[in-house]
Amino acid sequence: MGSYVLRRVLQMIPVFFGTTLLIFLMVYTLPGDPVSALFGDKAADPAVVASIKHKYYLDQPIWKQYLHYMGNLFQGDFGTSFTGRPVSDIMADAFPVTIRLALMAFAFELVFGLLLGLVSGLKRGSIQDTLVLVLTLLVISIPVFVLAYIAQTVFATNLGWVTPTVQNSKDLSQLILPAVVLGSLSLAFVARLTRTSIGENLRADYMRTAVAKGLPRRTIVTRHLLRNSLIPVVTFLGTDLGALMGGAIVTEGIFNVQGIGNVLYRAINQKEGPTVVGIVTVLVIVYLVASLVVDLLYAVLDPRIRYA
Amino acid sequence: MPDIHDESSFERHPKPGVDHLDYAGEQGMAVEQETLVEPDPEKREEARSLWGDAWRDLRRRPIFLISAVLILLLIVMAIFPGAFTDADPRKADLVNDYLKRPDWTDFFGAGWFGYDGQGRSIYARVVYGARASITVGIFVTAIVTLLGGLCGMVAGYFGGPVDALLSRIIDIFFGIPLLLGALVLLNAFSTRTVWTVVVALGVLGWTQIARVMRGAVLTVKQADYVMAGRALGAGTGRLMFRHILPNAVAPVIVVATIALGGYIATEATLSFLGIGLQDPTISWGIDISSAQKVIRTAPYVLFFPAAALSITVLAFIMLGDAVRDALDPKLR
Repeated sequence: MGSYVLRRVLQMIPVFFGTTLLIFLMVYTLPGDPVSALFGDKAADPAVVASIKHKYYLDQPIWKQYLHYMGNLFQGDFGTSFTGRPVSDIMADAFPVTIRLALMAFAFELVFGLLLGLVSGLKRGSIQDTLVLVLTLLVISIPVFVLAYIAQTVFATNLGWVTPTVQNSKDLSQLILPAVVLGSLSLAFVARLTRTSIGENLRADYMRTAVAKGLPRRTIVTRHLLRNSLIPVVTFLGTDLGALMGGAIVTEGIFNVQGIGNVLYRAINQKEGPTVVGIVTVLVIVYLVASLVVDLLYAVLDPRIRYA
Repeated sequence: MPDIHDESSFERHPKPGVDHLDYAGEQGMAVEQETLVEPDPEKREEARSLWGDAWRDLRRRPIFLISAVLILLLIVMAIFPGAFTDADPRKADLVNDYLKRPDWTDFFGAGWFGYDGQGRSIYARVVYGARASITVGIFVTAIVTLLGGLCGMVAGYFGGPVDALLSRIIDIFFGIPLLLGALVLLNAFSTRTVWTVVVALGVLGWTQIARVMRGAVLTVKQADYVMAGRALGAGTGRLMFRHILPNAVAPVIVVATIALGGYIATEATLSFLGIGLQDPTISWGIDISSAQKVIRTAPYVLFFPAAALSITVLAFIMLGDAVRDALDPKLR
C-alpha cells in the first residue's frame, strides 16, 4: 500500500510538470502579444513595452520563463497579473465561490444520480427505467448553456422563484439553481453508469449466494449490490470534480456567479497570461489529487484489489 | 458448473424468491427464443463474425434506425443545404421583424421558424448551420481516432518503457479539460474557421480514445490467436493490424461515436462563448448566443437552433448507444 502510494505520487510529478508546461506554452508562445494588447488601439511606447516585458519576465526564452515561474510557484507565489494584483489574491477571492458551487453540484449529482441509477437498474424495462433513460438521454444531448437558459426562463422569468442571475455569489441559496444546471450533465452520466453497473452485478455469483442465504433485500442491495456497483461510478466522480470546476466557465458566465470560471474566461479573453496559468495550475492539481484519491478508494470498495 | 453469463439458464430454473430482483428479464427470454430457432446454415455462418452479428442486431433496433435516418438527413443537409430551403441565410431584411411569430403555414418557407433579431430567416440558418456542426463532429472524430488509436495501439502493444512514456503523455493531455484547453488555444487566433476549431479540438481531445485503445490492445494481446500468429512468424505490423486491431477496435468505435456528439456540443459552446466559429460562418452556437438579446420577447429565436443542436447531439449519442449494445451484449 505504502509503496503503491509512493509510486503513484512519483508518477504524478511528470504529469504535473507536463500539463503546466503545456498550458504555459499555449498561453505564452501562441500568436497575440499580451503586452501590446494592454494598450488597446493606442500605439505603445516601445520603451514602456520593454520595461513591462522585463518586469513580467516575458523578454526571456520560454524555458527560462517556465523555470522562473515554477521556482516562484513552489514558494507559494503565483505571480502578478498584468493589472498588478497578485494572482493568488484573485484566486483567493474567486475559488471559494466555485468550490461551493462545485460541491453543491457534486452533492446533487451524487445523491440523485445514484438514486435514479438504482431505481432504474433494479427494475430493468419498467416504466421508471424507461423514464430515467429518456430523461438522462435528453439531459446529455442538450448543451449546458441551453439548459441554463431553460432553467433561467422557467424558474426565474415564469415562476419567479429566483432572480435570473446571482446577485450575491456568497449566498448559498442563490447558488442552488446554477449548481443544479452545472451538475445535471454529470448526474445523467452517474445515473446511466450506476444502472449499467447494477445490471452487470445483478447476475454475479455473490448475488445469487446472498439471495439463496435468505438475506433481507435491503442488505443485499446496500451491502452487496451497491458497494460492488460503485466502483466505475467512483472513477467517474473522481475525474468529474475537476471537470465541474472547468465546466463552471459556461454556468458561471450565464448566471453571473463571481467564481473562478468567470475570472478565467475574462483572463483568457484579455490574454492575462499569469492569471490563466495560475488558475489552470490549481485545477490540474485538483484533478491529479482527485484521481489519486479514486485509486485509493478502490481498495476500500473492493478488498480484492491489492496494491503491490 | 453452469456458465453464469448464459442468462437463459436462470430462466429455465427460476428460483423462488429471486424474481423480485429480476435476474434475467426480457433479454434472457430473447436469448432463449433465438437459440430455439432452427439454425439456417448460411445465417449461422454470418452470426459467427462479431460484425455480422452486430449488424443483424442493429437492423432490428428502432433507436438505431431513427438515429441513422436523422444522421443521414443531417449529412445531406450539410452537403446540399440549398435542397431544403430557397431562402438566403445571410440576407438580413429588417422588414422581417423578429417579433413576427413563426408562420406555420409557410411550410419550408423563409418565415417558417420566424426571423431572428437581424431579420434573417431562422429556418434557413438552422439548415445552413448543420454544415459547421457536422464538419466539426466528423473531422474531429477522425483526427482523434487516428491519433488516439495509433498512440493507444503502440502503447498497448509494445508495453514497457514505450507504454510508460506514452501513458504519461496521455495523462498530461488528459489533465486539461477539453473546453478549457480549446478556449486558450483558439483565443490565440484572431480569425477562426471551421478548420481551426477542428484542429484545436483534435489536438486536445485524443486521449480518451488512446486510453480505450490501449486497454483493448492489452486484453487482446493475451489472446491465443495472437500468440499463434507470432509463433507462425508474423511481423509486428501484421500482428498489429491483422490480428489485434480488428479485435480491439469495437470499444473505440463506440466511444468515438458518442464522443462525436460531444465535439458538436463543444464547438457550439465555444462559438456561444465567442471563441469558436465567427461570422460569416453559420453556426448554431453563434445563433443561440445572439438570441440572448431577444430571448424574453421572442423565445423561438433561441428555440430552433437550440433544438437543432440538441437533436444532432442526441442522434449521435443514440447511435453510439445502439452500436455499443450490439457490439457488447454484456453491457445491456
